[in-house]
Amino acid sequence: MADISASPEGLPGAKSSLYAQSDRTRRRNAAETRFKYYGMGAVAIGVIALVCLLTSILSNGLSSFQQTFLRVEIFLDPAVVDPQGNRDPEEMAKVFTFGYQPLIKGSLEAQAQELAAGPAPEITPQLLAGMVSSAAPADLRDFVLANPDRVGETVEFNFLANARIDQYLKGRVTRESAALDSRVDVAQLNAADELVAIGQMQKRFNWDFIFGPDASENRPEAAGIGVALIGSAYMMLIVLVIAVPIGVGASIYLEEFAKKNWLTDIIEVNISNLAAVPSIVFGILGLAVFINFMHLPISSPLVGGLVLTLMTLPTIIIATRAALKSIPPSIRDAALGVGASKMQAVFHHVLPLAMPGILTGTIIGLAQALGETAPLLLIGMVAFVREYPDSILDPAVGLPVQVYNFTNRADPAFVERASGAIIVLLVFLVIMNLVAIILRRRFERRW
Amino acid sequence: MALSYFVILLLALSAAGYVMGRRKALAAAGGDSRGLHSLLSFYGWNVALAAFLTGIVILALWALFGSTLAGSMSWLGGVAALVAAAGAFAVAYGAIAPDYRARNSVEAKVKGILIFCSSVAILTTLGIVLSMLFETGHFFSQYSWSHFFFGTEWTPRFSGNSELGMLPLLWGTLYVSLIALCVSVPIGLFAAIYLSEYATPGIRAVAKPAIEVLAGIPTIVYGLFALITVGPLLRDYFAGPLGIGDSSRSVMTAGLVMGIMLIPFVSSLSDDIINAVPQSLRDGSYGLGATRSETIKQVVVPAALPGIVGAVLLAASRAIGETMIVVLGAGAAAQLSLNPFDAMTTITVKIVSQLTGDTDFASPETLVAFALGITLFVLTLCLNILALYIVRKYREQYE
Repeated sequence: MADISASPEGLPGAKSSLYAQSDRTRRRNAAETRFKYYGMGAVAIGVIALVCLLTSILSNGLSSFQQTFLRVEIFLDPAVVDPQGNRDPEEMAKVFTFGYQPLIKGSLEAQAQELAAGPAPEITPQLLAGMVSSAAPADLRDFVLANPDRVGETVEFNFLANARIDQYLKGRVTRESAALDSRVDVAQLNAADELVAIGQMQKRFNWDFIFGPDASENRPEAAGIGVALIGSAYMMLIVLVIAVPIGVGASIYLEEFAKKNWLTDIIEVNISNLAAVPSIVFGILGLAVFINFMHLPISSPLVGGLVLTLMTLPTIIIATRAALKSIPPSIRDAALGVGASKMQAVFHHVLPLAMPGILTGTIIGLAQALGETAPLLLIGMVAFVREYPDSILDPAVGLPVQVYNFTNRADPAFVERASGAIIVLLVFLVIMNLVAIILRRRFERRW
Repeated sequence: MALSYFVILLLALSAAGYVMGRRKALAAAGGDSRGLHSLLSFYGWNVALAAFLTGIVILALWALFGSTLAGSMSWLGGVAALVAAAGAFAVAYGAIAPDYRARNSVEAKVKGILIFCSSVAILTTLGIVLSMLFETGHFFSQYSWSHFFFGTEWTPRFSGNSELGMLPLLWGTLYVSLIALCVSVPIGLFAAIYLSEYATPGIRAVAKPAIEVLAGIPTIVYGLFALITVGPLLRDYFAGPLGIGDSSRSVMTAGLVMGIMLIPFVSSLSDDIINAVPQSLRDGSYGLGATRSETIKQVVVPAALPGIVGAVLLAASRAIGETMIVVLGAGAAAQLSLNPFDAMTTITVKIVSQLTGDTDFASPETLVAFALGITLFVLTLCLNILALYIVRKYREQYE
């Protein structure tokens, strides 16, 4: 004590005052503030990244739910669609899609002359017909075959507009880019402006994007994600049916019955490792075991579902074990005390109480499986599928794989489709996560 | 599919077993279930489970191996399963007597089911390792292993004579992962420190979920983000004007986007670890006059360091195994280059490209994917085990 009080001026910087900060204190406080700003910056970068990601996807994809349609009045000329004249759909089916092309072109002729006389002088019937999607003749043929009695009448038809016209009206194709593009003419853009002004061309909500099948490379305007939705639904069903019972069973054994020995240790290490194995490795497993060894049908939701099951199993096991662990031992002791067997205590008392936690974990596992792409690429789910799958053995694609398929195509209009498909995917994920959060909030119990 | 009919028949047999077992037990006890050893329903369950389990095991074995034994006679396994199930049914049914311990028998069977469930995890790992080892063996019988591991050329040709050296792919993988870690580790760590040490509860309640949302977004979304936004942006405003690259797919694109994906991963792991550092250490430091940042830098982070290293290793293993971001963001050109704005490729991209499309499982160009797969598996497994070991060892210190 005496030593310290004896030489206060022996310390450097002895002229310190309580009212003024010393240089050293100021430096330290500045470092403190800086450090805090680094942290705020890091959080801000994370949040900004999220905002950028969502903005990019939304701004590219929201417009895919709207599609441009051109209203055309078509005279269903019996000489063209029903050369036999007996209105028999089987006979009429002999006229191929190609035969309907002139019908559309013909009905646009008058329109083209009107436009050429007025606002869009360079337009020709050829160019005007080019503004309609190449999927239009097939649509028209389907309509005629379904309603043979309307042949000979003039029907009003809404055709999909060509992707370039659609993108022009959505602001992505400009006159400058159109001048360099062989698949669209500036005259067509002028005509499109005029058709919009007179209300003959308009944007509408595009149900076909959500429920329709995929379309080929050169008609992005007709591409939909319906097949992918069904494929994903099948796969989720398989994951739910297989992964949940096995996952819950495994967790119950490991948490309630397993003795501490080397075998249990191996299983535990195994599960935590499987949770961190890259997803693509599960794809290789699926290819080698389910397809090459067991000869299950390639591209089928069954194989996809099995692969996703193996992948989500660790997630479900980890969540279920946490849920079981949170049930206090007093519940088990009480059940055992009134004469229940260990099995009865677990199945009658612990498991029902752990259910909300298990459900939450299951939903999160399912959400993870829904968004997974890489393993599905390896088991042949990248195929181009237009047929809706009738069973889990038919070829199908999954929603994220459909996104990947869209990104692989050259036409820039597919970027909009890919982003739109992602919006649908994200909507499903948000719903699933919200359900999980609500379940947790509602049933969470503090013991 | 014939198999499903047999499963339905088996279920019907089991249901009948439940009803009949129950009835016989009740009759054996003279109509008063108090005379039985177990609850009445256990006698029914015992018969039902005996029949069902026997049948389903045989069906499963048949589905796995039967097709190689007897191609066209797919009903054979089903019939065998039904016969065996009926046998098990008869044995279990015959054993019913008032002092028969049906509950113990049922519980033993249920326990068996539970043990099977937990062994699925081991079977999966075994399946992964065996299937890849098997095909890799095929690959190395056609292509020299030293050329694969040390070759610097990756030029697969369908006509044969391919150069399948792994080094360019490994380099691409490590380069992308390195950039991703350089982005995610500082940001994730600072975010975790800020959220656990500085943020008010209000900010924490908003910012923490917002960052964790990033972890729930599927990787294909990040891939598309890299492809349509980040890639063109980097090319047009950075690499292009500086004259160091003209490709929108580059190591930098994939690395940046992957870094964003890993931020929540690093931050939530570090958050747990920082929160696990005992308050007494912080209080001791404050008591000596240290500021908050000094406490964090000199006390909390060093105390949490092993855990943070574990988190970084786990993030690295994620980055190495990530597929969709690099497929869409990094490109497909296998090259050894130092320029981060060059398109490069990774192990996962090449696994995808060699195994999609036509798959001829005899050619080394396809089989190489399995060799790449097992390399990836071993690489990530080592990182995971090391990380788990470090994290576990560290946790024991404070508990």
